[in-house]
Amino acid sequence: MALDQSFVGRSYPSTEVWEVGREKIREFADAIGDDNPLYRDPEAARAAGYPDVIAPPTFAVVLSLKAHHLVINDPELGLDYSRVVHGDQRFIHHRPMRAGDRLVAAAHVDDIRSRVGNDFLSMRAEITTEDGEPVCTSRATLVARGTADRPASSEEATA
Amino acid sequence: MTRRGFADVVEGEELPLHSFTVTRVDLVRYAGASGDFNPIHWNERFAREVGLPDVIAHGMLTMALAGRAVTAWAGDPGAVVDYGVRFTRPVVVPDDDKGATVEVTGKVTKKNDDGTVKINMTVKYAGQGVLGGASALVRLA
Repeated sequence: MALDQSFVGRSYPSTEVWEVGREKIREFADAIGDDNPLYRDPEAARAAGYPDVIAPPTFAVVLSLKAHHLVINDPELGLDYSRVVHGDQRFIHHRPMRAGDRLVAAAHVDDIRSRVGNDFLSMRAEITTEDGEPVCTSRATLVARGTADRPASSEEATA
Repeated sequence: MTRRGFADVVEGEELPLHSFTVTRVDLVRYAGASGDFNPIHWNERFAREVGLPDVIAHGMLTMALAGRAVTAWAGDPGAVVDYGVRFTRPVVVPDDDKGATVEVTGKVTKKNDDGTVKINMTVKYAGQGVLGGASALVRLA
């Protein structure tokens, strides 16, 4: 069944506060095989002008996933997650994420489209400190393969 | 780590080629670190059931590896102010010791007046592109 277009524009409540830890950044850096000292050594980070170790540019996925799961698991939306693949991803960094940050993420549904049997769900997660300082805007499109209603005419199929 | 200087960069400059190997254990480690436990990234039976040829890498892991080419070049990962990709083709990771090889190249396509540069990346697996429109905006020193 196609996703409900009325979800476009819907906002979800912020996730609970998540404190970025040095060891979580190190774990993520290990997982992407990056030994950059700015991810691991507070002294090196301070020498580069940061208050503490910073996170890799795609680390924000940890937060955006938490926010997006509220959308993905919304029973009213009815997304079949077993059929979902990641279509695109973008991170706009307002400043580098760093150890000690206490962050929340709020998900928004920006667009829903159906094309040739697939549903495209475009979401945004606004990641801020608990005090509201913008840190990162994450934009993602998820593609649910074969879940949209097949259009009746070929004209619609190419729309 | 020192951030690369804006004045030292010319449009058309190419980033060094980076080659990354991705094996099954890398996918397990990335699943744990990122919190993305979608079984298509670790369960062959499930991957085949949903029509995939085998277990595939997290698109986000491929994006992170491509990002390493940029952060290594920039010197300071905090220089990356905007980074986006489209996932156009899966990276299939076989159940062996060799895994999949992902190759990343990049080019400075624009120097902006505000001290940022635009980098376009090409990311290939088995000779074919796996990311589309991959680009980063980097604020240099």
